[in-house]
Amino acid sequence: MGEVLHVRDYRAYFHTRRGIVKAVDGLNFNLSAGETLGIVGESGSGKSVFLLSLLGLLPKPPLRIESGSAQFGGMDLVTASEDTMRSIRGNKIAMIFQEPMTSLNPYLKIGTQLIEPLMIHRNKTKDEAFKIVKGSLLKVGIGDPDRALNAYPHEFSGGMRQRVMIAMALTTHPEILIADEPTTALDVTVQAQILELLKSIQKETGMAVILVTHDLGVVAGVADRCLVMYAGKLFEQGSVDDIFYRSQHPYTHALLKSTPRLDKALAALPSIAGTAPDLSKLGPGCPFDARCEYVKEECRNSFPTAKRTEEHESFCHLEKLP
Amino acid sequence: MGLRYLLGRLLGMIPVFFAVVTAIFFLIRFAPGGPFDSERNVPPQILENLNKKYHLDEPLLMQYVHYLNDLAHGDLGPSFKHANRTVNEIIGEAFPVSLELGLISLVWALLIGITAGGLAALKPNTAFDYIPMSISILGICLPTFVIGPFLVLVFGMWLEIAPVSGWDSIGDRILPSLTLGFAFAAYISRLTRGGLMEIRSLDFVRTARAKGLPESLILVKHTLRGGLLPVVSYLGPALAGIIAGALVTETIFSIPGLGRFFIESALNRDYTVVMGTSLLYFTLIFVCNFLVDVTYTILDPRVRHE
Repeated sequence: MGEVLHVRDYRAYFHTRRGIVKAVDGLNFNLSAGETLGIVGESGSGKSVFLLSLLGLLPKPPLRIESGSAQFGGMDLVTASEDTMRSIRGNKIAMIFQEPMTSLNPYLKIGTQLIEPLMIHRNKTKDEAFKIVKGSLLKVGIGDPDRALNAYPHEFSGGMRQRVMIAMALTTHPEILIADEPTTALDVTVQAQILELLKSIQKETGMAVILVTHDLGVVAGVADRCLVMYAGKLFEQGSVDDIFYRSQHPYTHALLKSTPRLDKALAALPSIAGTAPDLSKLGPGCPFDARCEYVKEECRNSFPTAKRTEEHESFCHLEKLP
Repeated sequence: MGLRYLLGRLLGMIPVFFAVVTAIFFLIRFAPGGPFDSERNVPPQILENLNKKYHLDEPLLMQYVHYLNDLAHGDLGPSFKHANRTVNEIIGEAFPVSLELGLISLVWALLIGITAGGLAALKPNTAFDYIPMSISILGICLPTFVIGPFLVLVFGMWLEIAPVSGWDSIGDRILPSLTLGFAFAAYISRLTRGGLMEIRSLDFVRTARAKGLPESLILVKHTLRGGLLPVVSYLGPALAGIIAGALVTETIFSIPGLGRFFIESALNRDYTVVMGTSLLYFTLIFVCNFLVDVTYTILDPRVRHE
């Protein structure tokens, strides 16, 4: 399958009065059409900052893209002009967010908001756009599209609003859909429905999906490949099987261990000791050093280079995970 | 909602109005002194005649009933201090002047305030933000009796481009309305900036950006409505205050407005004028707040359903 996004050595730093915050520090990955890439990491690991900055949705300054490239459709998103980025956003790359409750404008009717991408990017008239949008609403499982178009967001539940967001993202048939923790704010049954919906739409349209989450269960359920991030750095990437069954990284390992499981009753859920480091005070070493049970001297002095077996890539000084 | 809600609001005004009438009527009469007390001694016979003429010799409750009866017929009674003039006449002459001054000032305040605040919100932490916001601090801090004479000095005396007193020609409206509107413009600019900045940081604006909308469209379609709500809610009391509370401005520029009667009547114990002007002020506040509520329901769909 063809590659749609090609990210190399991506570094995005915040320049604040307290110093430089290395929010994303050296990210490499490829994304193919039709595949789902999961990006996993704790809060503050740089997942959201990476995606928002990729689309140019974070103010610069304080953010600055220090280095790297993101090849998409024959151009580099890092160096593209604001006008170019605007023509890509909501058109070829669409994004849905974590908070369906607040991501829609409470002052405007849902219909008014839904047709905006079509009117901006496809020069459709209102009537044409409404017709297309009705189809999208049916596709995401909203049975009465005419009523939905005339409703205001506050009349809808969280799950319904997320469906509306997805419908809005799909109207322009994007090549990539970025879903930033799309199910975090929803209850479990609705989560499953939304993920199922995303999967079926992807099968139909062949778009690539980047799914950001801190829920490993979600990744295991829907992703093809997975990226593990910590403190702005890429720790491990590979197929979902690589990550879940052949993980080479102590952090991934610890994450997996602290995920609750249905098949094993545990007296207490293990957790990773300590907290994530302050991103403005990182040394040259591995940012996980203080919390890692296998920490060695060299971990404090340098960040490891990649260990590769085919698609599977891991960044750790450890030869082999015991 | 709609008609029923509006009707309910209007009906709800009646008991409040009644309570206000009653409160002011008794409060001002319980205050020490009366309309005919003065330094020189008035002969008892004359005082008695005066009291009789204005029904002040009757029991308080009777006076109250009389007043309510007159009020129901739209008669606010005679002034105690301005012989041969009724309160209806006084308000009829002075209120249109105050209303005109107030409305012109409000237009200034909105024009200047929203423009300055909008600019500051669009380019925060730049000169477009710092300069108007510093001036607005001045506008809030400096009292009218400083701004008024300052404008008179600059535009009236030095530049000689605007008249400095009176209320006859169009030109007479310029300096007083600017003076009165300045503090309100300052306040509105800060409310606008704050409101817009807050909305611009919300998730749905990020959604609009993620859809690829141009910034200008985001501002007009997605931000302005919510961002101006604080200004709208401020406008109710501001409008009433700007119309009725212009005493200083009216004095500086010798404008025959209502402000003077507000203060004088209270000092003189001119009972009927106090009642008349207070009730006018109450009605103004009520009408303005009512308009604000109506505007709110138009702007924010979430209010409509409650």
